[in-house]
Amino acid sequence: MSFYFVQFVTGLASASSLFLVASGLSIIFGVTRVVNFAHGAFYMLGAYIGYTLIDRLGAGVGFWPAIGLSAFAVAAIGTLIEMLLLRRIYDAPELFQLLATFAVALVVEDLALLIWGPSDLLGPRAPGFKGAIDLLGQPFPTYDLLLIALAPLVLALIWLIFRRTTWGVLVRAATQDREMVAALGVNQKWLFTSVFALGVFLAGLGGALELPRQAANHTMDLQVITEALVVVVIGGLGSVPGTFLAAIIVSELNAFGILVFPKISIVLVFLVMAIVLIVRPWGLLGRAEAAARTASGAIISRWRPFGAPGRIAAALAVAFAALLPIAAGNYFVGVATEVLIFMLYAASLHFLLAGGGLASFGHAAYFGLGSYGAAIALKSFGLGMETAIVAGIVLGLVGALVFGWFCVRLSGVYFAMLTLAFAQIAWSIAYQWTDVTGGDNGIIGVWPSAWAASPARFYWLTLALSAGSIALLRAITFSPFGYALRALRDSTLRAETIGIERRRVQWMGFVIAGGFAALAGALYAFLKGSVFPDNISISLSIDGLVMVLLGGVGTVSGGVVGAAIYRSLSIWVISHTDYSRLVLGALIIVLVVMFPKGLVGAFEAWRSARTGARLQGQSP
Amino acid sequence: MSAAKLSVAELRAAYGQAQVLFDVSLEIAAGEAVALLGRNGAGKSTTFRAILGLIARRSGRIVFDGEDVSRLPAYEIARRGLGYVPEDRRIFSDLTVEENLQVGRQPPRSNAPTWTLERLFAIFPNLRELRGRAGARISGGEQQMLTIARTLMGNPSLLLLDEPSEGLAPRIVEQMIEAIREMKREGLSLFVSEQNLAFARLVAERVYVIEKGKIRFAGTMSEFDARPDVRDAYLAF
Repeated sequence: MSFYFVQFVTGLASASSLFLVASGLSIIFGVTRVVNFAHGAFYMLGAYIGYTLIDRLGAGVGFWPAIGLSAFAVAAIGTLIEMLLLRRIYDAPELFQLLATFAVALVVEDLALLIWGPSDLLGPRAPGFKGAIDLLGQPFPTYDLLLIALAPLVLALIWLIFRRTTWGVLVRAATQDREMVAALGVNQKWLFTSVFALGVFLAGLGGALELPRQAANHTMDLQVITEALVVVVIGGLGSVPGTFLAAIIVSELNAFGILVFPKISIVLVFLVMAIVLIVRPWGLLGRAEAAARTASGAIISRWRPFGAPGRIAAALAVAFAALLPIAAGNYFVGVATEVLIFMLYAASLHFLLAGGGLASFGHAAYFGLGSYGAAIALKSFGLGMETAIVAGIVLGLVGALVFGWFCVRLSGVYFAMLTLAFAQIAWSIAYQWTDVTGGDNGIIGVWPSAWAASPARFYWLTLALSAGSIALLRAITFSPFGYALRALRDSTLRAETIGIERRRVQWMGFVIAGGFAALAGALYAFLKGSVFPDNISISLSIDGLVMVLLGGVGTVSGGVVGAAIYRSLSIWVISHTDYSRLVLGALIIVLVVMFPKGLVGAFEAWRSARTGARLQGQSP
Repeated sequence: MSAAKLSVAELRAAYGQAQVLFDVSLEIAAGEAVALLGRNGAGKSTTFRAILGLIARRSGRIVFDGEDVSRLPAYEIARRGLGYVPEDRRIFSDLTVEENLQVGRQPPRSNAPTWTLERLFAIFPNLRELRGRAGARISGGEQQMLTIARTLMGNPSLLLLDEPSEGLAPRIVEQMIEAIREMKREGLSLFVSEQNLAFARLVAERVYVIEKGKIRFAGTMSEFDARPDVRDAYLAF
């Protein structure tokens, strides 16, 4: 009994530190609508800076002031990033800020590596809280007790700030209707900056306070960002009390899940998130997402199918690409094959995100299902490559049918989070169902049939399938089904009133996107000759988003172009530097600031400015 | 007219690619109350939103108190004393009535009447009783009062009132007229958009008529009354 009690109290301590980070994420999202992917990086910075400050100043100013200083230092860095980077792109399409914060996270990761080195840094114990007390016969660290007391204190403080200060009132008003707040003479820039600073301060504080519990290390950021996102979503985006409640639920699930179901402990929280979102689509204490108050009307350039010049150009590009193996060596052909596969993967996500307005944060699930479906069909059932690829597509379609059915019941960020949860569930099945998937060891020896075995031939096969699929996706975009999907994206209500059945159309769109992603995954399995749980990882899902956003969400071909550029760039960067994340992150930041509509979007704007865009709807 | 409070010259504005205002020009003198009349969708709200910079302005000049504000962001224009009351009220529903008023608060201005909570509660007595109630939990008429009071908290010298009588019970409309007259007595300049001609007559001395994003008529109220053809062509009364 006492063991379970201690387990419970340990869970509470974890909940406290999780709450600190997650509340900051929630506050930032609530006001700025930015899903701050760099939040984990700020948490990690809090730990590293805390380590250094305690090391250098600890003797002089003491442990606790050093912790506080670290949080302020992190907040200052965050403020700088907000002012220099995020401010420029608040007006960019939704999710674009995600790309920027993702890039910041990449840069911070490598900078931390450069500054603090690769090894874990074990901080000192907190003075006065070094020992343990006896809790029902079990030893329990006093520092954990302190943390448990701290969380409600912080919650109360946040509550007071938001309820009892003018700043808090303004922030709450801005959460609801930014434009009206501006019309009343409030400078939102300042409001956003201060909110971001507060959120980042909490992340830094959480990181620094973690030092006496665990060593500062380079995986802290990713661990915490996923958990914090889950907590914020379960609690209801923007609701700090909800975040508090969810932090406790998630931490206790972690504490007890490992005892009860060690096999599925990793996935337990995602399972809970999926269930919560299905039962309460806006989280436990959240409220329905207010329709974003932005100027209505067409803000993107009109989508047109290719005319004759476009078709000729595309055909020429494919023909030119087909000639590549004649000129290039095997390594380069392999790289080109990979780029083609990712062009298809990005095109399928682009179809869903740009065409359907459905931002999937878990698109890698279908890519991975395609990989596993093909690999299992080949290795366990002894089918040939051709049938195995079909099997991969089928598995991807089935996954998209099942997951999509639930996902299309939600919208916006909650949709995104449910897709992420399903992707994590798929990932953990791949990771833990060792008998079938090989677990961490993956499935190896997945090679193409003899006729397609040479790099050049596999390249041609990939080119044919990718180009064909991308053309098909384009055709669907300009089919009546595509119009219905886009109508739902632009105005769900109006589309529904003319008889378009939202859920069915979006579900179909989800399945189509999943099927093409699965094809890309199956091809990838045969290209690499192996399949690993990485094929379903969060980072692959994020990569997809990065490619689409980089290309431009407001465009028809953004995904394809974004993928070609991002994938080539990342392969090239990785092979030329040890600090690939730093270089890649910095590049993305530059691109984001220079081209807030994405690369294709910028190109289209440039072209239409050159030809002298005529206004539509001239007065009669 | 050098003493113009607000002067708009050849304003063009667009939602995305669709242009909605075509060379709108108008002037409001200090202390004047002017009505902007037009049907649904004629461009009344758009004109207000464009003046305040809430939608993209393509070209044209907006001069407020002698200063060109055409390129300023909305909050800067509001801070110079241009108050805006939106048609759809846009109460912060999670905030209490008093907190809603708090959001609108700006420092007093030398060229404009100064409003305090007490003075606003005197004009809109219902709000005093409701000060602790959440914005979502008061009636439509009370929300209309609140949205005006909230903007007055910024001590504006010119108030853009977008369809203040829309959807209100006759008894509330009477209160609204009384409130508007009180604002005029205080020396506040008013620019009121309306579909309700009777309401406009009671509060405004001068009229602009807008249709399809263009100003079709400008004149005093009596000049407007002498032109039934204008009324029949552009207003559905």
